[in-house]
Amino acid sequence: MTGRGQYLAFESVTCVRGRRFLFGDVSFALAAGDALIVSGPNGAGKSSLLRLAAGLLKAEQGAVKREGAIALADEHMALDPTLSLHHALDFWTQIDKSSAMSALGSVGLDHLARVPVRMLSTGQRRRTTLARTLAARAEIWLLDEPANGLDIESIAMLEGLIAVHRMQGGIVVIASHQPIAVDGAQMLALGG
Amino acid sequence: MMWTLIWRDLARAFRSGGIALPVAFFLLVATLYPFAVGPDGPLLAKTGGGVLWIAALLAALLPVDRLIAPDVESGVLDQLAVRGIADEIIAIAKIAAHWLGFGPALMLAAIPAAALLRLDGPTLLTVEIGLLLGTPGLAALGVMIASLTSGLRGASALTGLLMLPLAIPILIFGAGSLGPSGIGGLKLLAAASLLLVAIAPFATGAALKGLRE
Repeated sequence: MTGRGQYLAFESVTCVRGRRFLFGDVSFALAAGDALIVSGPNGAGKSSLLRLAAGLLKAEQGAVKREGAIALADEHMALDPTLSLHHALDFWTQIDKSSAMSALGSVGLDHLARVPVRMLSTGQRRRTTLARTLAARAEIWLLDEPANGLDIESIAMLEGLIAVHRMQGGIVVIASHQPIAVDGAQMLALGG
Repeated sequence: MMWTLIWRDLARAFRSGGIALPVAFFLLVATLYPFAVGPDGPLLAKTGGGVLWIAALLAALLPVDRLIAPDVESGVLDQLAVRGIADEIIAIAKIAAHWLGFGPALMLAAIPAAALLRLDGPTLLTVEIGLLLGTPGLAALGVMIASLTSGLRGASALTGLLMLPLAIPILIFGAGSLGPSGIGGLKLLAAASLLLVAIAPFATGAALKGLRE
């Protein structure tokens, strides 16, 4: 983690997608060690909020301000399905200058390093996405439904990783409709 | 980082048969052409160079479907964008990888193809120089069209419809360099190719930005 100047702030942000109004006047401010849990029914704009935070979308109104590198964990693994898990993840760790094996170890998938990505189960895919997020060594984590398909043990592991990341000064934004234990997190409910 | 991007695309092309495919296609056209027009040596030698250019154009078109669309669907482009890597850099890497995937292989395949079409040494040399100058332009065009059509329904039919007319300058000057205009044709070919290579990263970058909206 580099420096402690990282922050992520929405200033009365309005999001419109495909001429459809998703949410308006959303504001929050997160500093080092903060977490935000975004909840709401399907289609409320949780994923769009994360894409706005990641800078992949532009806000219709308002401003998104951030300092620090972003790691986005959405529904895509962004790995070549025919490669082995280790090789596929290696592409990202080469760009992020980190280690694929240690990231896989942190999510308990190191024993599957030689298995092709397309053979992974739903839960293993989520953990792979988490490994890629870990390996990005970014200050700000944006997690889209990180607990989907995870068993109880893996959810505990996820909560542990989030806690460690915050302790090191990281920021976490979680969009989820499943309960995840995150101490002292700000809550944001998006309407339907 | 650039090398990582290029290497990934090149390795992917290798694995999906993306390199053998254009070359096999190129050689097949060169093999079939004498069957179609008859084994008339002088006629083959006269028209063979042009046929090679048509074959090169179509061979460059073959892998275009797989250049951008899979990366959009699998979220790879989103992840690259999140890391702050400029769309233009991604475009340059894709063009370089696409060219490395078919350009040199096509130049190699032109040698046996020239023998099949009874081309003489000087003509083969002109074809090789022409391919060296022209294929980067074709690669740039391919990536540009791939980024514009990715995500559209029926994209594969559309890529051909869009790419072939835009490749006309390359074809005219490439095949033209085999005629009496010679070196002048090659210069114009280089100019047309350079123009495409210069425009493509920016056009592709803009298209990739649009895809995220």
